[in-house]
Amino acid sequence: MSELRKNLDIGSSPHITSGDSVEVIMRNVVIALAPVCVFAVYSFGTAAALVLATASLSCLATEHFLCKRTGQASTIGDWSAAVTGLLYGLTLPPDLPLWMVAVGGIFAIAVGKFLFGGLGSNAFNPALVGRAFLQAAFPQSMTHWALPLGDHRFIDLPTSTLALPFAEPGYDAVTAATPLAQMKFDSIQAENPELLFGLVSGSVGETCAALIFLGGAYLVARNMMNWRIPASILLTVAAVTWVFMQIDPVTYPRPAFMLFSGGLMLGAMFMATDMVASPITNAGCWLYGFLIGGLVVVIRFWGGMPEGVMYAILLANAVSPHIDHLIQPVVFGTGRRTG
Amino acid sequence: MLDRVQKDSFSHGVHPPEHKDETRHLAIRQFPFAPELVVPLRQHLGKPAIPIVREGEEVVRGQVIAEPDGFMSVAMHAPASGVVRKITLAPGISGEMVPSVYLRTTPAASQEVDDGEPCDINKASPDEIVEAIQRAGIVGLGGAAFPTHVKLKAPEGKHLDTLIINGIECEPYLTTDHRVMLEQTADIFVGIRYLLRATGAGEAIIAVEANKPEAAAKLQENCPEDLPVSVRVCPVKYPQGAEKLVIKSLLGREIPSGGLPVDVHAICVNVATTAEIGRLLPRGRGIQERVITIGGPGVQRKGNYRIPIGTTVRFALEEAGAAKNISRVFLGGPMMGPAVSNLDIPITKGTSGITAFTTAETGEATGHQKIYPCIHCARCVEACPLFLNPSHLGLLAKNEEYEEMAEAFNLMDCFECGACSYVCPSHIPLVQYFRLAKKMVRKLDKPV
Repeated sequence: MSELRKNLDIGSSPHITSGDSVEVIMRNVVIALAPVCVFAVYSFGTAAALVLATASLSCLATEHFLCKRTGQASTIGDWSAAVTGLLYGLTLPPDLPLWMVAVGGIFAIAVGKFLFGGLGSNAFNPALVGRAFLQAAFPQSMTHWALPLGDHRFIDLPTSTLALPFAEPGYDAVTAATPLAQMKFDSIQAENPELLFGLVSGSVGETCAALIFLGGAYLVARNMMNWRIPASILLTVAAVTWVFMQIDPVTYPRPAFMLFSGGLMLGAMFMATDMVASPITNAGCWLYGFLIGGLVVVIRFWGGMPEGVMYAILLANAVSPHIDHLIQPVVFGTGRRTG
Repeated sequence: MLDRVQKDSFSHGVHPPEHKDETRHLAIRQFPFAPELVVPLRQHLGKPAIPIVREGEEVVRGQVIAEPDGFMSVAMHAPASGVVRKITLAPGISGEMVPSVYLRTTPAASQEVDDGEPCDINKASPDEIVEAIQRAGIVGLGGAAFPTHVKLKAPEGKHLDTLIINGIECEPYLTTDHRVMLEQTADIFVGIRYLLRATGAGEAIIAVEANKPEAAAKLQENCPEDLPVSVRVCPVKYPQGAEKLVIKSLLGREIPSGGLPVDVHAICVNVATTAEIGRLLPRGRGIQERVITIGGPGVQRKGNYRIPIGTTVRFALEEAGAAKNISRVFLGGPMMGPAVSNLDIPITKGTSGITAFTTAETGEATGHQKIYPCIHCARCVEACPLFLNPSHLGLLAKNEEYEEMAEAFNLMDCFECGACSYVCPSHIPLVQYFRLAKKMVRKLDKPV
């Protein structure tokens, strides 16, 4: 008969866990974004690769530095800063000067995440906070678009990419208009295949709706994203657009154009679904999605800018805690909501 | 013929790995008698029983050694023939001291069981059955250890229509109810007769999860024709074995918050408890042993054993053979079973198993993983079978806002099933928070 070990380990039940962790979830978001990133580089060349790299590095470095400054262990190992960095990079124009990319990345982590209390406490999606900052600080550069699939995209860099801080970016003569801008200012609608497969100009990672959708589907399949958020956003946008198209098909675009153009797909799949800044109940997620979808349509149709996904999501982020307050689960055996 | 698996089940819940294959095929074996048994006088919810033996007195296996103290109490029986060494305080699972009878077993005793006064199913009145169940020391063997006789009588103005026999056994590793259903099938139906008579319920439903098809089939084949009983197979999902949820799964009825099964005209009795009623009452015996599963990676001779009440965890593990790198031992299954800090605590009527983990498993167990802040992923909200908001409750617990938790967020409904902690990717020990919070609320509620 063997002598039983003297030191037993004590722990509160349950003694088993499902095995998923924050790291695993964040890493999977990066995996889901990988095809989108690859396509971005294919479409916009070396400049896009540099934008993504700068965005990621500036976010990771800022997180690491701030952790050390505040006497904490570095949290870059949880992959959340990497997710923020990639997402932020994907929302930027491909020929944005790299120094601006870095400034926005620092702002995203320092103000969008750290100031609110770090992982789990950010009221707004940090990537969008960074982008919103750039939009306000450098409105011209943030609305300057490169052509997709340019001939020398892997050899030549746009002059603007390596522009010195605070110097004139010096854009090349060739510029493009995004499908949304064409729609808004010239009433030209791009075709579905072009939009789906990313043969249009736009932000680094927003052009290929099909790949973004695929990445989202991967996360849904792994139970790492609440499908109700993109579903309700896209449904709302499609439904409202359809109603307006029936009223005036000349002024208002077709629903498919709305769904596949601009940052809607990227925003609905990867930005609005930021767990921290979205509601916790399914009913709340539907409401949150309706709100974003409605705001997107309002800004795109009647706002001054051609695109409105970023502001729609940031506004909904602000409302999210209130949605949580309003919509709690209905407790078993009470027929009423808590809170 | 076996009914198909029913579609209906409670909402939410989780699917932990079942780990039942290692012991499900092993027949129940008698466990050896330890040289010394420790029989706590309170193994149930309620008042401790009053000992009627003295130190130094010789007792026979099955003899009553303590009488119930009022209605919320049950009798205790000698688990073995031997001598009462002392009656004193002994440590229980949570470290509290419980008055207990130390019994030195007589090595050469035949361990013949002393029969008492039988309770004849054909003659006994409902009240007499209730009393006989109390006399037999029967409590819920599923783990709650609530005195069974207490719940049999519907309060004034309420009536029962359905008796649910709970053979769900949703905890991983445990296979005791499974074996009891296969090996004590006849006892279960006798037990149902007693329970139907005592409660006046019109029908009985035996609930089995779909991972025990052979048990369901055996019960189905042996249903006596004169008994209004049916077998229902529920889809596998944790924690379906909880009273509230098995009733929801079978009848679609929700017990109101803070209420009892009788509020929805149902009563729920564990299948092993039912089998013991059927086995003991006709012979006037009391509970002196129970079936437990000794399993988990830290055990060498895993199995289902009929083990004398009062056997220490140490003796049980030594007999069954513990792995060298054994590191965490808990009573029951891994979802709800409390971890043992002291191996000298005894097996009681509410113990459904001993599960042992080795260092390999505890490396991944709660308390050893990095805790991240809550990322609001809502997995706990999707897991909680009672539709609480564990994420928010966890936040409140961290701020010690216990009253808010209880008043606005139904903390006291939580029965600590562990589903939220199980799914939490941030490894926040939510259940531990809630256990503490509930204790604090009870303390605050009590007038000083």
